[in-house]
This record gives sequence, C-alpha cells and structure tokens, in this order.
Amino acid sequence: MASRKESMSTPTAPMASTSSGATLDSPVKQIQIEGLVVLKMIKHYQEEGQGTEVVQGVLLGLVVEDRLEITNCFPFPQHTEDDADFDEVQYQMEMMRSLRHVNIDHLHVGWYQSTYYGSFVSRALLDSQFSYQHAIEESVVLIYDPIKTAQGSLSLKAYRLTPKLMEICKEKDFSAEGLKKAMIGFEHMFEEVPIVIKNSHLINVLMWELEEKSTVADKHELLNLSSSNHLEKSLQLLMDRVDDMSQDIVKYNTYSRNLSKQQQQKHQYTQRRQQENAQRQTRGEPPLPEEDISKMFKPPQPPPRMDTLLIAGQINNYCQNVKEFTSQNLGKLFLAEALQGHNS
Amino acid sequence: MRAQPNGSQLNFRTPSRTAAPAPDLKMAVHGPVVKIHPVVLASIADSYERRNEGASRVIGTLLGTVDKHSVEVTNCFSVPHNESEDEVAVDMEFAKNMYELHKKVSPTEVIIGWYATGFDITEHSVLIHEYYSREAVNPIHLTVDTALQSNKMNIRAYISAQMGVPGKTVGVMFTPLTVKYIYYDTERIGVGLLQRTRDAPNRAKGLTSDLCQVGGAATRVQDMLTTVLAYIEEVLSGKVQADNSVGRFLTDLVSKVPKISAEDFESMLNSNINDLLMVTYLANLTQAQIALNEKLVIL
Repeated sequence: MASRKESMSTPTAPMASTSSGATLDSPVKQIQIEGLVVLKMIKHYQEEGQGTEVVQGVLLGLVVEDRLEITNCFPFPQHTEDDADFDEVQYQMEMMRSLRHVNIDHLHVGWYQSTYYGSFVSRALLDSQFSYQHAIEESVVLIYDPIKTAQGSLSLKAYRLTPKLMEICKEKDFSAEGLKKAMIGFEHMFEEVPIVIKNSHLINVLMWELEEKSTVADKHELLNLSSSNHLEKSLQLLMDRVDDMSQDIVKYNTYSRNLSKQQQQKHQYTQRRQQENAQRQTRGEPPLPEEDISKMFKPPQPPPRMDTLLIAGQINNYCQNVKEFTSQNLGKLFLAEALQGHNS
Repeated sequence: MRAQPNGSQLNFRTPSRTAAPAPDLKMAVHGPVVKIHPVVLASIADSYERRNEGASRVIGTLLGTVDKHSVEVTNCFSVPHNESEDEVAVDMEFAKNMYELHKKVSPTEVIIGWYATGFDITEHSVLIHEYYSREAVNPIHLTVDTALQSNKMNIRAYISAQMGVPGKTVGVMFTPLTVKYIYYDTERIGVGLLQRTRDAPNRAKGLTSDLCQVGGAATRVQDMLTTVLAYIEEVLSGKVQADNSVGRFLTDLVSKVPKISAEDFESMLNSNINDLLMVTYLANLTQAQIALNEKLVIL
C-alpha cells in the first residue's frame, strides 16, 4: 500500500487505497462529532500544548450519506529535536492497527489542530489539507481554539478546501494568471461545515452520573466582563498581518512598475534598432543582426500571489473573530447596565 | 460479604457500613484518592459499546500520574481479552505496544492500574490485577458498571491489600477508594456543552456562536435566580425552614453587585462601548479593504 510522506510538521497523508469505497459527488454537508472526541482534543491541548505551539492529531470515523461522523481520534506526538529517527508513518500505522483490534473505526477522515488566537491560515495547513482531501474526498480539518474555549464556550470549527482551490493546488499553478483564471478570492478558499455534537445513550447516562457526583461548580466565564487582554492580543496579531499584507502589496507594485519600465525599454530599443537599420540601409551598409530581445531584457519575476491570498484569508479570519468578540462584549455590557440600573 | 474459598485465592469485599445499594463514597479510605477525568469514563463507555460479540465485559489499562496522596487518571486504552468460565487470556503484547505509542505523545503518563466494566470483582480480576502489579507499583482497579445493574452507573475504584494468615493461606482483598472527578477548566466547559446534549430529543446539539452564547448564559443565570427567588418566597411564607448558611450566601450574592455612582458608571459604560464600536468599525474597514484589493487584482 503506497503512502505519501508530506512535510514533517503535519500528520502524514492517508494511504490512497483505504479511501471510502463509493466516491461521493457532493461534499460533506454536516459533521457529527461524538463527545468523546471533543474531550480528547481538549485534554490533548491542555496537557501537551504550551503557548503558541500547535498540537495535532488524527480523526477517525466514517461517512454516512452526506454526514461525516467522527467517532474517535488520537493525538500526534510533537516534534522534539532528539527524535531524529521517529517515523511518523509507522506511528500512525501502528496506532490504527491497534485500534482496529478493539473495534474502533480506523477510517481516516481528517485531522485536527489547535490554534493560537485564530491564526491558522498558513501554507502548511493548506498543503496538508490538500493532501488529505486529495486522498479522501470527505476529509476535514477541525480547528480547536483553546483560548476562546477557556473564555466560556467551546470553539470548534470544521473547514474544507473549496473545489476551486483544490483544482489550483492540483495543478500547482500559483502564479497570478492562474489565480485570476480561477477567480479565487480569499472568501472562496475554505468552506466551513456545520458541526453537531451527538452522544450515544451510554454516554448520556454517564453525563447524568457526572452531574450528580461531581461537585465542581460552574464558573460562568462567559459572562466575564474583563476581557480586554484578549482583544489587545487579537488586534496585535491583526496589525502584524496587515503589515505583512502591505509589504506584499508594495512588492507587487514595484514588480508591475518594473515590468512596465521594461516594456518601455524594449519598445525604445526596438525603435532605435529600426531607426539604425533604416539609416544603415540608406548608407548601404548591412543591417545589424536582429538580436534576441528577450535575452537582453530578462522579464522580472512576478511575485507569488498565493501568500497574499493566504494573508488576506488570515486577516479576514482575525476580523471575524474580533467582531464576534465585540458583539459578545457589547451584550455583556448592556447586561451589566441593566443590573446596575436596578441598584441605583 | 462474599467469599469464595477455592484454593489459595480468596477475594472479598469489605462490608459496607450502610446498607444502601450503592455504598460508594461513604466507605473507608485506606489509600490514595482517585481523581478521574471525564475523558477516561467516556473512553471506557465507548469501548464497552464496541466490544466483541459474546464478550460480557471489557478491560483496559489506565494511564496517569501518581502523587503522594492521590492518583490522577488522565487517559486509558482498552486491551482485547478473552474470558470464559475457567480461564482468562489478556493480550499483553498489545498492551505493551499501546503503552509505548501513548508514551510518545505524553511522556509523563505512566500505567497506574486497569479498569473493567461490570458490577462485580470476579476471580479473573485477581489474575489480571496480578499482571498489572508487575507493570505498576500498587495498581488501582476501576470498575464501571455499564450494564447499569442498580439503575445507576457505579464507578468504583479499588486497591489490593494482602490479607490472611502469613505463611499459610494468603489472599488478596480489594479495598475501595474514594473517587473524585477532576476537570481542567476547558474540560469543564466541554462537559457543560455535552450535558446540554442530554436535553435534545435526538441527543444532538449544534455549536452556537456570538450573541446567542451570551444569551444562553444569561438565560441560565436567570433560571438560577428564579429558583433562588422561589426558595425565598417559601421561607418568607413559612413553608420551609430558614437556613442560616443559605442566608449568608444570599447576602453575599446581593452585595456582589458593586455600588458605583450613576455618573461614573455611565462614563465607564460609554467609554467601553465606544472602544468596542471603534474596533468593530476598524475590523469592517479592514475587511472591505482586502475585499477591494482582491477585486482590483483580479481585474
């Protein structure tokens, strides 16, 4: 069975031969996650993730009609410098073989990653999601935001690449013309799939038991008013990205200016040549040989447009997060006002 | 007390002080406190649902960390095993392999015991427990009653102790331990969300966003306030005896709303609202900007 080993920083792509039997025409419309998967992801980040490092893992499950059911997951070890001979493919194979023994679904349906303040739109993510989606049609990437979750509500989003973007990645044509042809804007890069959490009956019973037995009180972080720290951080990251974007734009502008200058130079050169040739003809001398113009004026390298697209997508994401955050805070402020109004 | 004198292996359970059908937290504590994370229990329930045909129970290894007075169980994996009337076979290779794999992800977790679904401790449990004693120092044994024998899912933990006459008949006794549930903050929020799936008709719940969440949280607080108000009404009308500790909590509650003069609060509120509105405006502006940029580039 052939397997492809992708960049070292992400889980390896699944094998092509284990993809689902029937090829689906329509992509996945809904994701159904079991409570167990949610708990495992939370635990993985809590124990192994520090600061800006991301933790990753593999999702297992099956596809039912147009729903993708995720029934289990296992974490992927992070890369440490002293693990030179660590074979990721082997780890994955062994894990899946062992899980098959205990009747856990061993069908690879995607991967998950934690994120730091929502900054996940990057080349690495794009590459690995492309390789997953190429091998398995319905795979998704689950983005879990631990910081937002700690503020009161579970933040879990599922993304897939749009078919347009898949086409582009397949042809590896990231130049400006390629992107223009496909008419891709940053909104059409990822599509979000709605998530539903579903539990089996036994887990339901467990939940009732836990409620009875556990004496941990709810802390209601969601209604916390003091969250300007989070806002500051998000805005800082947004500003960094906008700086990157403006640099990119400056590069593009210089490129187009160089290109037009070169065009002008070429034009001038050909004109002069023609003039000289005309003069020489009148004087009866042999015309100068036509030189290869393109060799003289090397066209400048067009800057890659893919990075700009990614940065734009990332900025969009940050803005969305900030807006969500501010709307929540406005609501909380009005609540506080109502409470205060009764007092005074 | 249940005793089965067969040869050199006896297994008892200590008599319960109370005659209640689920004598769990009230029993004696001769050993470390067991702190369980909910992810472990969910894993156990899930592996029970996926057991092989004909198997009546599932066993597996517990991973976690050991403290001086407590044992914290943070992870687990199930181990295939075959059990019949007179023999039990556990796939130890598999257990070792899985442990190695898990160690790669979280090197701080060690084997601290094992679990089994089902209500009782059988003779086979003693054998399995012996195997695990070789892997870990003083392993704990966790039972989860997934068959819901007493209409409850009993979650109990035991530790083994030597008993009997030294030299002659020695046996192993399983003493129960206190079980506590411990959550990380984010875990608690995750479990809170899962709790809410109980109420939905097909046990499914979507994830909400934005203001809906604040609305939901506010509704929950409102519900709690109505409960408290109902209690106060009852006390005032004399139906229920007034409880001093509850009264103290109530005074705490009322005094928690800070007393700020109206003008100060107005100015604070306004400045905060202005900040948020400005940020929203900037975010919208940025989004419009990059959208325009995209369109211009494509031209």
